[in-house]
Amino acid sequence: MIPVRLTGRAALSLTRGIGAIALFVARGLFRLRPFHGRAFAAQLVQIGWLSLPVVGLTALFTGAALALQIHSGGARFQASDVVPAIVAIGMVRELGPVLGGLMVAARVASSIAAEIGTMKVTEQIDALVTLSTDPMRWLVTPRLWAAMLTVPALVAVGDIIGILGGWLIGTGSLGFNSAAYLANSRAYLESWDVVSGLLKGAVFGLIVATCGCWFGIHSGRGAAGVGRATKSAVVASAVGILAANFVLTGLFFE
Amino acid sequence: MIQIAGLRKSFGGTPVLAGVDLAVGQGESLCVIGQSGTGKSVLLKCILGLTAPDGGQILWQGKPLDRRTRPAFLARFGMLFQGAALFDSLTVWQNVAFRLRQRMPDAQARAIAVEKLARVGLGPETADLMPAELSGGMAKRAGLARAIADDPAVIFFDEPTTGLDPIRARRINDLIRGIVTETGATAITITHDMDSVRAIGDRVALLQDGRIAWDGPVARMDQAPPLAGFLGHAVTQLPHKPAT
Repeated sequence: MIPVRLTGRAALSLTRGIGAIALFVARGLFRLRPFHGRAFAAQLVQIGWLSLPVVGLTALFTGAALALQIHSGGARFQASDVVPAIVAIGMVRELGPVLGGLMVAARVASSIAAEIGTMKVTEQIDALVTLSTDPMRWLVTPRLWAAMLTVPALVAVGDIIGILGGWLIGTGSLGFNSAAYLANSRAYLESWDVVSGLLKGAVFGLIVATCGCWFGIHSGRGAAGVGRATKSAVVASAVGILAANFVLTGLFFE
Repeated sequence: MIQIAGLRKSFGGTPVLAGVDLAVGQGESLCVIGQSGTGKSVLLKCILGLTAPDGGQILWQGKPLDRRTRPAFLARFGMLFQGAALFDSLTVWQNVAFRLRQRMPDAQARAIAVEKLARVGLGPETADLMPAELSGGMAKRAGLARAIADDPAVIFFDEPTTGLDPIRARRINDLIRGIVTETGATAITITHDMDSVRAIGDRVALLQDGRIAWDGPVARMDQAPPLAGFLGHAVTQLPHKPAT
């Protein structure tokens, strides 16, 4: 009986947790009025613009490394010519969104959780309530929407930079002709490859912001509590991105 | 103006508030004292709606405070937090004008914020500083300016002198007394600093074992036996005045 009871308790607890997070996201996304435009604009800059360097650098090195790998692996069965197409498809469908999402998770989920967690332990969230401001609308809604809108944009820029990284290596050290490399990249790329990657980016953005806000608002007391919230936000958003990527890839391409 | 009747709240089966009865009249300054862990902050959170009570009622102007009526109450309410609770990402004037900016242009809100900062003894040069650049005393003053920015009818002060040296604590007490007298606002102060009680309060209520154990005018507290522990000296025993 005990294992059955424990399993039942765990299942109930899991269901309750998923339900609470789903309600949290729904409240965060759809309780828009009054919409705090200034807070939203600040988050567009924080989450989107300021993540551009790290996402760009990650994409550049990933595209370059991918070109080297495909060239060396393809040479085993005389298929080195597929470098431009595989780099483009690999970046746009998979590596651009996933690595971009993971980099944003590392940078943004931690900072959101730390900021909101600190606001909680220093009573700033209570202060919002006393100033007739709903903390969900002020803190959560702008972050969820900003992340959902800016991560796809970051993915798009990352895709371009990643392909550029492959092109730099392809033309600089693998002997590809520049125009032919770019033409091959374009020829094998379909619009759905790009759109699916951007949709993944939107979902990953939502996961990152949700984890940051959720763990920040539920942060424990003191510096240790904020530290735990920050760590949990990064781990949960990274695992969430990888799991969601698997599910979305199955949905989009199977 | 504010009436609390039979307020109860427990955490994990342990009662923190076990039937608190308290009333504060228009323009009155009430100090609530009690040892750490006696539920002073829980009482405050129940009034603000941050914690749901298990039982009892809180009335404001004769109407129960609930989800429907609380927004109107909060619109006439200001609060100074123990640690000031200024928003780190906003400048001092943006903190002070937080509520004003939601209904008026920035220039107008800033002018009011600068005026309120001056009222608490902070010059216009502090307006553009970030909260992290302020000392503890300056942060308290900025928090006080935020609390009075929208001319509230009710002001709460949560441990206003905690963390301040005696000189700064006295200045904050004088400021609070001046502001409360000037504005005619109802004030509720949560504290265990008896100097604050003497400086700020008209009335004092002792929260003990989840109930109001003593409630009376500040002028009589030196003769109240339940307050002896707080006053740090023996008191002349007077007949106990039951909680109102």
